[in-house]
Amino acid sequence: MTTEPNPTPKEPSRLYRMWDSDLAYAFRTAPVAIAATLVALIIIGGAVFAPWLATMNPFNPAELNLMNGFTPPMEPNAFTGETFLMGADNQGRDMLSTILYGTRTSLFVGAMAVLFAMVLGISVGLFAGWRGGWVDSALMRVADVQLAFPAILIALLVFGIARGFIPDNLRDQLAIWVLIVAIGLSDWVQFARVVRGATMVEKNKEYVQAARVIGAHPVKIMFRHILPNVMGPVLVIATISLALAIIAEATLSFLGVGVPPTQPSLGTLIRIGQSFLISGEWWILLFPALTLLALALSVNLLGDWLRDALNPRLR
Amino acid sequence: MSDPLVKIDGLTRRFDVSKPWLNRVIEREDKQFLTANADVSFEIGRGETFALVGESGSGKSTIAKMVVGLLAPSAGTITFDGQRIDAGAGIPRSLRRRFQMIFQDPFASLNPRWRVGEIISEPIRTFGLMNATDARKEAGRLLEVVGLSANDVNKFPHEFSGGQRQRIAIARALSSKPEFIVCDEPTSALDVSVQAQILNLMRDLQDEFGLTYLLISHDLSVVRHMSSRIGVLYLGRLVEVAQGKKLFTEPQHPYTRMLLDAVPDLALSGRRRRPVEGEIPNPISPPSGCAFHPRCPLAFDRCKQEIPQPRQTPIGQAACHALDHAVA
Repeated sequence: MTTEPNPTPKEPSRLYRMWDSDLAYAFRTAPVAIAATLVALIIIGGAVFAPWLATMNPFNPAELNLMNGFTPPMEPNAFTGETFLMGADNQGRDMLSTILYGTRTSLFVGAMAVLFAMVLGISVGLFAGWRGGWVDSALMRVADVQLAFPAILIALLVFGIARGFIPDNLRDQLAIWVLIVAIGLSDWVQFARVVRGATMVEKNKEYVQAARVIGAHPVKIMFRHILPNVMGPVLVIATISLALAIIAEATLSFLGVGVPPTQPSLGTLIRIGQSFLISGEWWILLFPALTLLALALSVNLLGDWLRDALNPRLR
Repeated sequence: MSDPLVKIDGLTRRFDVSKPWLNRVIEREDKQFLTANADVSFEIGRGETFALVGESGSGKSTIAKMVVGLLAPSAGTITFDGQRIDAGAGIPRSLRRRFQMIFQDPFASLNPRWRVGEIISEPIRTFGLMNATDARKEAGRLLEVVGLSANDVNKFPHEFSGGQRQRIAIARALSSKPEFIVCDEPTSALDVSVQAQILNLMRDLQDEFGLTYLLISHDLSVVRHMSSRIGVLYLGRLVEVAQGKKLFTEPQHPYTRMLLDAVPDLALSGRRRRPVEGEIPNPISPPSGCAFHPRCPLAFDRCKQEIPQPRQTPIGQAACHALDHAVA
């Protein structure tokens, strides 16, 4: 049965196999997932290519014209005659350009925070699950304590501490990194828990024992053997975390402890915009808020869909 | 045996199965230990197949895990070619290379995310035996040795059937050119039709490479087909060791007889089969004296008090008091 030579003349290409996979099929038949991906891709694409797409660099004072201040959307400005698709803010910045740049900051902070949380969570989870015993208990108690604090509180705490350490002249440059660490620190527990649980299942499987018999290094077993087998749920959490991290960043920036005003994110734009809401300049608030909503919703829907698609019990 | 390859002496393994510390303090309980193996001693000669048989829970797999260093013994020694290998992580690589293991479940023993070529060449790479290109070629060659195609190196394990996967697992075990392979129930997860193929492959490889096997099984027909010597385990203790074929014709220990009586025969000889009576006792609180005495038809007073030591029998050794009194 097994001795016959295996002809397989032409292996199907990698791209074709990806298109033909179960996951791709589930994707093609889920309109919500397709729509969410489209929206997310448009926003992410806009953010990535902001310097080429935006009509102006809203943070270069030389390009601003104060006369354009408070120009409503799609109406020519009374003095300069310029028209803005989404209007202009109090300093005459084009809202669309500002949003593109703001989304860039938001996405960067969100993605880096999730990456940081992922690396930390995966490492802690793998180590705790692999070692078991008191190491596991100690690490997971730390995680439990961490989980008892709301994410915003941890972020504010980190932010406050960092503020005390960082000299004034570096504060603006480092603010983004402090924000990333703050959001990442409040988010790693989920990764650690999922990875720990899966590691405890995987480490008793015989392929891990086979690697131990030949004396493979534990770090190699953890990262080369176990990690690829626990990445499925990790990617799902990462997607959902990305939406949450973007919202967390917006919340912190809205509270004024986020990114510096020279590099505004969507949260900063919303904070600025809400002060003009009462006076009737609604576009300064509405468009950044809608962008944040669309981004968070589409990424979240994508994460939810991915979770269901990868869950064997829901197949 | 003058120069055994593997020598196991007084091997004992206890597992701590106590409740957590707080529960013990509150409920005023002592620590509890499960003795999986007690005082097991045997030798495996070069080129032979030594089989360990026993019911579920008799400690067969625990011995296998201790021999390959997955578990540390609580007491006793394991010697491989004159060198101790029970030191845990301290086994030198040059020694580790010389023994390998084949596992029970071929669906769990191959990493589902790795390609077959990577799986087979992992021992080669870990021991640094060859460079990457040679290791890849070697993986293909080994696949052919075990009856698969060299083109299969690029496939994933899920593309193979159970028997084919077990062949891949065997190829992986062979890749570090070992002398000794521990086989933990290598066929019990396979279809009966495939079992014979795998067993025959294992025998062919033994002849070709001069391998020594420690075969763990609960299937007496597999053991009979494969082994030169057999050890019978009961509740973690070795009750009888005997020459392969002789054990089936002249069993000495009453437990061995009970096991053999329960085996169905295809010849439909009309022999009345006696089912195995009773169940293996709880290893946390084993019976006093000979652990088999509650189920033994020959038991007498001494069996309840004294743990029997192995005695010479015409076909090997057996640990039974009845042998002294000629009741057996």
